[in-house]
Amino acid sequence: MDQNRYELNKNLAQMLKGGVIMDVSNPEQAAIAEAAGACAVMALERIPADIRAAGGVSRMSDPAMIRGIQRAVSIPVMAKVRIGHFVEAQILEAIEIDYIDESEVLSPADDVYHIDKTAFKVPFVCGARDLGEALRRIAEGASMIRTKGEPGTGDIIQAVRHMRKIMGEIRALAAKAEDELFEAAKQLGVGHELVRQVASQGRLPVVNFAAGGVATPADAALMMQLGAEGVFVGSGIFKSGHPAKRAAAIVKAVTNYNDAQMIADLSEDLGEAMVGINEDEIKLLMAERGQ
Amino acid sequence: MVIGVLALQGGFSEHIQMLRGLGAAAREIRQPADWAAGGLDGLVIPGGESTVMGKLLVELELMEPIRAAIAAGLPVFGTCAGLILLARFLGLGAGVRRNAYGRQLGSFATEADFAGRGAIPMVFIRAPYIESTSQGVEVLSVVDGHIVAARQKNILATSFHPELTGSPVVHEYFLDMVAA
Repeated sequence: MDQNRYELNKNLAQMLKGGVIMDVSNPEQAAIAEAAGACAVMALERIPADIRAAGGVSRMSDPAMIRGIQRAVSIPVMAKVRIGHFVEAQILEAIEIDYIDESEVLSPADDVYHIDKTAFKVPFVCGARDLGEALRRIAEGASMIRTKGEPGTGDIIQAVRHMRKIMGEIRALAAKAEDELFEAAKQLGVGHELVRQVASQGRLPVVNFAAGGVATPADAALMMQLGAEGVFVGSGIFKSGHPAKRAAAIVKAVTNYNDAQMIADLSEDLGEAMVGINEDEIKLLMAERGQ
Repeated sequence: MVIGVLALQGGFSEHIQMLRGLGAAAREIRQPADWAAGGLDGLVIPGGESTVMGKLLVELELMEPIRAAIAAGLPVFGTCAGLILLARFLGLGAGVRRNAYGRQLGSFATEADFAGRGAIPMVFIRAPYIESTSQGVEVLSVVDGHIVAARQKNILATSFHPELTGSPVVHEYFLDMVAA
């Protein structure tokens, strides 16, 4: 992938900032998400909560289902591939997906290598729990990063942990002397040049979203106040009582994430939130997949 | 000179950085209170998703006051989604084709003349272009036979993203409009 294409792919993520990307399983849900103000949709056959409940191997969605969603909306359409499964990624590139999520929500296809994302023209977003993971994915060609969170739980604790970790590590890096960055690069497991760039700019070189466990307008605003540049909402919308209303409320909470009065109004009468499960009640930690 | 930058969604921080780099003050507009504070000499509507911004403009009750201010002569500059909003809701006499270059694989960068000020880098991200213009709309840039920048009195619009390239030419043009 040439540098020009990589810049264009980073630029698309910049245009998604301040927005909410919603998981959808069919064209009807996609239309509801778009009407509610989603800046993009993630097409997947089963939302993470159902993947978690069903167990078994979880794979890339049926291209026919993804195409159906592409026809249903005018906003960007993303879809997930298994970690390391570069042929699933080739398929999504062939159907002109707007963004590929190399995602721990699906069963990993490779327990050592991630996809060489520099070999693709379409952009990739990848999950990260800390700065090292984020920078390793960027070195592999990711043009957008999101926290891993713990998908399908409706529990925000992991997304908070990952965002605090990433932002804290960036602040620590920015405070380091030039000659300390070589050791930092070694500790992070990435090249020195990338580490220097983060240290001098005080931010990741790509857009950074929150993902995993966002279920309420307050969750979304929490992630924005912690430094997220936008939010993915997976199971939280279509596992709730009133998806359209909750989706619209989360969109507004992301735009005005510092206005407690407005978020209070937005949080009223949303119906039942997704029930969710607590982190310590689950056996499978998807966030541990792919480091 | 104070420029409001609509900050509902999208690439607003890049515009703010560019405007500040050119010596203008820039202020985020996220809700009616930001707008009501007044004192704006111009407004920027950034790139992002026009469906999201259009919906939020209506629901946050910003669409009408912004439309009225533009009609009354407030200089405004829209990029990409901002162009779409200007043409559909805010008084720019232009027919716009959304996602005119297709999906992300159709996004591209090129160089072309802007308003006779020379060739500048232009970045198109799932971009629209202008298919038709009403009387009084001046074409400022054409790429591959399609109109990608235009001006109608106090309204400036581009289908590309000058805020992403580091080239200040279009923002300078806008600030000249504001100063005039």
